[in-house]
Amino acid sequence: MSAKSASIFDARILLPALGDTFRKLDPRLMVKNPVMFVTLVGAAISTVEIFRSPGQTGFVLQIAIWLWFTVLFANFAEAVAEGRGKAQAKSLRATRTRTSANKIAGTGKIETVDADSLRQGDVILVRATEIIPADGEIIAGAATVDESAITGESAPVIREAGGDRSAVTGGTRVLSDEIKIQITANPGEGFLDRMIALVEGASRQKTPNEIALTILLAALTIVFLLAVVTLKPLGIYSGVNFSNAVLIALLVCLIPTTIGGLLSAIGIAGMDRLLQKNVLAMSGRAVEAAGDVDVLLLDKTGTITLGNRQAAAFLPATGVTEPELADAAQLASLADETPEGRSIVVLAKNFGIRARTIHELPGAQFIPFTAQTRMSGVDVEGKQIRKGSANAIRQFTGGMLPADIEKIVEAISLSGGTPLVVATRERALGVIHLKDIVKGGLADRFKRFRAMGIRTVMITGDNPLTAAAIAQEAGVDSFLAEAKPEDKLALIRHEQTGGRMVAMIGDGTNDAPALAQADVGVAMNTGTQAAKEAGNMVDLDSNPTKLLEIIEIGKQLLITRGSLTTFSIANDVAKFFAIIPAMLMVTFPVIAPLNIMRLHSPNSAILSAVIFNALIIIALIPLALRGVKFRPLGAVEILRRNLLIYGIGGVIVPFIGIKAIDVVIAGLQLA
Amino acid sequence: MNAHQWLELVLFLGALVLVTKPLGLYLGRVFDASARTWLDPVMRPLEKFTYRILRVDPAKEQGWKQYTFALLVFSLVSLLFTYAILRLQQYLPLNPQHFGALSEHLAFNTAVSFTTNTNWQSYAGESTMSYLSQMVALTIHNFFSAAVGLAVAAALVRGIARHTAATIGNFWVDVTRITYYLLLPVCLVFALVLVSQGMIQNFKPYTAATVIEPQTISVQITDANGKGLVDAKGNPVMTNQVVSTQSIVQGPMASQVAIKMLGTNGGGYTNANAAHPFENPTPLSNFLQMLALLCIGSALTYHLGRETKNQKHGWSVWTAMFAMCLAGVLVCWWAEAKGNPIHQQLGVAVAGGNMEGKEVRFGVFDSALFATVTTDASCGAVNSMHDSFTPLGGLVPLFNIQTGEVIFGGVGAGLYGMLIFVVLTVFIAGLMVGRTPEYLGKKIESYDVKMVLLAFVILAFVILGFTAWASVSNWGTSSLANQGPHGLSEMLYAYTSGAGNNGSAFAGLNANTPWWDTTLGVDMLVGRFGMIVPLLALAGSLARKKSVPASAGTFPVSGFTFVALLFGTVILVGALTFLPALALGPIVEHFLMLKGNLF
Repeated sequence: MSAKSASIFDARILLPALGDTFRKLDPRLMVKNPVMFVTLVGAAISTVEIFRSPGQTGFVLQIAIWLWFTVLFANFAEAVAEGRGKAQAKSLRATRTRTSANKIAGTGKIETVDADSLRQGDVILVRATEIIPADGEIIAGAATVDESAITGESAPVIREAGGDRSAVTGGTRVLSDEIKIQITANPGEGFLDRMIALVEGASRQKTPNEIALTILLAALTIVFLLAVVTLKPLGIYSGVNFSNAVLIALLVCLIPTTIGGLLSAIGIAGMDRLLQKNVLAMSGRAVEAAGDVDVLLLDKTGTITLGNRQAAAFLPATGVTEPELADAAQLASLADETPEGRSIVVLAKNFGIRARTIHELPGAQFIPFTAQTRMSGVDVEGKQIRKGSANAIRQFTGGMLPADIEKIVEAISLSGGTPLVVATRERALGVIHLKDIVKGGLADRFKRFRAMGIRTVMITGDNPLTAAAIAQEAGVDSFLAEAKPEDKLALIRHEQTGGRMVAMIGDGTNDAPALAQADVGVAMNTGTQAAKEAGNMVDLDSNPTKLLEIIEIGKQLLITRGSLTTFSIANDVAKFFAIIPAMLMVTFPVIAPLNIMRLHSPNSAILSAVIFNALIIIALIPLALRGVKFRPLGAVEILRRNLLIYGIGGVIVPFIGIKAIDVVIAGLQLA
Repeated sequence: MNAHQWLELVLFLGALVLVTKPLGLYLGRVFDASARTWLDPVMRPLEKFTYRILRVDPAKEQGWKQYTFALLVFSLVSLLFTYAILRLQQYLPLNPQHFGALSEHLAFNTAVSFTTNTNWQSYAGESTMSYLSQMVALTIHNFFSAAVGLAVAAALVRGIARHTAATIGNFWVDVTRITYYLLLPVCLVFALVLVSQGMIQNFKPYTAATVIEPQTISVQITDANGKGLVDAKGNPVMTNQVVSTQSIVQGPMASQVAIKMLGTNGGGYTNANAAHPFENPTPLSNFLQMLALLCIGSALTYHLGRETKNQKHGWSVWTAMFAMCLAGVLVCWWAEAKGNPIHQQLGVAVAGGNMEGKEVRFGVFDSALFATVTTDASCGAVNSMHDSFTPLGGLVPLFNIQTGEVIFGGVGAGLYGMLIFVVLTVFIAGLMVGRTPEYLGKKIESYDVKMVLLAFVILAFVILGFTAWASVSNWGTSSLANQGPHGLSEMLYAYTSGAGNNGSAFAGLNANTPWWDTTLGVDMLVGRFGMIVPLLALAGSLARKKSVPASAGTFPVSGFTFVALLFGTVILVGALTFLPALALGPIVEHFLMLKGNLF
């Protein structure tokens, strides 16, 4: 996506955002954010005070200006965040994948149309290697279909007209033969468009943690309002006349404007970061829930293993050498365009057999895999070489397989692999060991998740033996073998009863109940409509490992809010030391030692604090949009690190900042 | 700050550590209606009898709303009872000094004060209260208000420990068991120990003693109606009067003092409170009284850890409290030991620091320690005049109360007050580790945050609001004995002490006026029930929640990081709220003192 590379300060986003900044001054909008609403009221009152402060006009004017800036900066942060969302949605619309379909018109003529133009009831033709564009029913033909993306089963399945195996799912791929399909669901059904509207929509609802945090910020605002308002009468008692402008300055500096001003920008930016990863969240609530996940349910196929099995070894029969077997296997696979077939050709190269092309064997006749024979191979130089499952080869060779071959087949099955027997009409030459290949780097990633307290469970339709072997290799914490859809649902419910939050990714119709039940359900874009409706996120890339990134973004969102809240509150310490001595200095000159920053004058001290308070919002917009860097560590380490940076840092930074601003103000003789 | 005093500090804190676990275990038995204690043979029949009279089924628990309702009804009825006795004092028995009825406002203030476990006293006990008023009207509240506070803490701990539960205990059972199994027996023993130290316990009229050096004082002549005579210019007509006898206080003191300390009530039998030689006869009685006022608050943290099956958490909360306690003691002791620079310049300073307003028997250290612990807890008993502390020394007790008296704290109130800060800490820390904040497996959601903050905001509202009002009102400032920043501290201290249900006074303030009595009464009521109701709501909400098992991703509520963060939250939140007001009071006063100005 083009917007992926868009920098934080992109003119195309910034210019419209400037307009929104002022539009957001509407008090009806501002009141939703108590902290900034109080700031707005403060700015308004101080503006009036300009005309009521003879002798201090210049000072009060500057206070008022910077208070207005504080409000505008916060609005700007929100506008920029929203602008980025809008830009994302725009590019999303443009880059949406357009599959085409072969529509059979009423006249029987085949025309290529855009998949999106298909409607319920249309009839299409899908040939080998093509993706079925939408859910439908086979009305003619039979085919092997790779449904691994949906069922989790890596072996191809046979779908044929009539009977209960006639349904095909959008996003699955036809491997052999061709079928006629009647469309049963409008593809997309404006799905993506609805998503885009959601991303752009201003009707963003606050998430639970955001609401709780807003309450905290509102309570702090009330407390500081009390502390400042009561200062007026206490001042009267003490013989100090605090001007309204100074009291407002103190108030705005104390209330958590930093986090208050950036809070909604952080939330919007979180949704946005997901979008940059090509994930659409139906609600902010789901993003937040992702950060809380305790258990990850991962489908084996596509998530943990590569979608297809690959040849791992050639195991020859007695009296056959390994290169001979490799040679035969490669010949049988030359025309086999499936990933498995290609992997056999590649493996054979290891035995010094160069990859031949089909054209080098003019007399050869290739036999494609069909659902009927369940074998593929080649007839060359009078030999009929076939490869297929043990059952299919038994039929091909006419009955029994040699005992040693049977033994190898059994051993491979036990180890969790898939045996593919290679044979000529006369004899079985040996067995190809097909294996699920675990994706690289996963074990490490799961380890990091374990450190964060997240448990991973692999779900597979394989038998327990196969499952255990792969689970161990991938480094997941546990697995569920021979899983039926209802097992998945039961597992989710079981974990939830224990109080755990469960995330899963799925795409089939049979996943829909589980996706709906899971706290975070990510549906793949290639998945069925039902799955997409049931989940609360959609992964446009249909990349199952995305779940891991989603969790990180969810956590990052909360961490950013928490860290900036801490920073905002910690800032108050320095502001106290700037403003309180300044307020009392005239009446009680003895308090001078409290002015530990040695600020130039009372007015410059107050002004410096107000300016710092406004500028820090602008300074932190990039951080709010980007998010605090997330590290997969245990809670204690994360907390220590963030406390050090945003807590201790939050105490120190404003001392430096306020002093620096004071030096500038004194230099320019502004106060 | 000599070795002897350091040793006493170590002994005191050591004793506090030692008492925490055994008492904490015992508290668990008291709070559990089905548990057995060694007092069962004596108390069980009494307990059952009480339930029969109250028509309470001890097996039936209450939801938080029922619990709160029972608590409020109980408090209201007992408040009215005390008000009635104080107003009818002259008609009631056990009044050898023939004290008259208290005024409406003083009776209101006093009844509220004792009901809310504050024990703010706008009167001098020995010249106002009959023995019946002391023993019945006031002392029952010393027991009941302490029992109510403990009951709230017990209910809140249940709320935290339980999950998917609808109830948080039975208020009547809690109060009954706490009174019978904890407060009464411990006080009986404690009172005897105090008597052994020389504390009085009798029903005799006050003793008239002939003084060795008769003194002549000038008093206004009164007419037959008791009204002071004035001359034509409006000046009072004075006459000389020779004072040759002194009235020495008598009465049932030890029984009252035992519960005053153990129940962190703090209301003195005499006006001088624990500085009076009868009310605090020996160094040992001083030591034991300080220990008594902190021990239950300390033990409650152990109870929290045990009930929630996270003993480390209990000890971590304890450690945070302990650290704050120690810091307070050291600052106060240091400031008082350093003394008053003006006295030193004038060459009138006594050795060992600022002795103004301190009992010579106790000296600087015992006074500073007592002042710190009595405000760590919401006790308010004093053995020295906080008003006479140096500005920084006096800031410690004031700040202790303003942070909510969460350093061990009042019986029950200390723990439930601290849990406000724990929830706040957990909330911010939880966000910072990237999960919805959880406290011991319970997700902290907006309702919980709302309740916790409500309790906190209410406290700040009454303290700052009333102080500001009084500071610009004639009724407020006319009661002040001192002007300038010190007068402000006196007012701030009064409302802080009231809302915090502490009851100690900075003194220097004539609080027995209709305005002060009434505003302080409201201050105490809001400070007590404005905190209890939201916290019981929190207990109900937590009890209902599902429990989430802890994982490596959960922020652990124990260990150094948690303790440091909790410490920081308490100090920072307290400081941020009250610093502007404190700046005009003790902070300015401190700098003025350094420049030679006193108030």
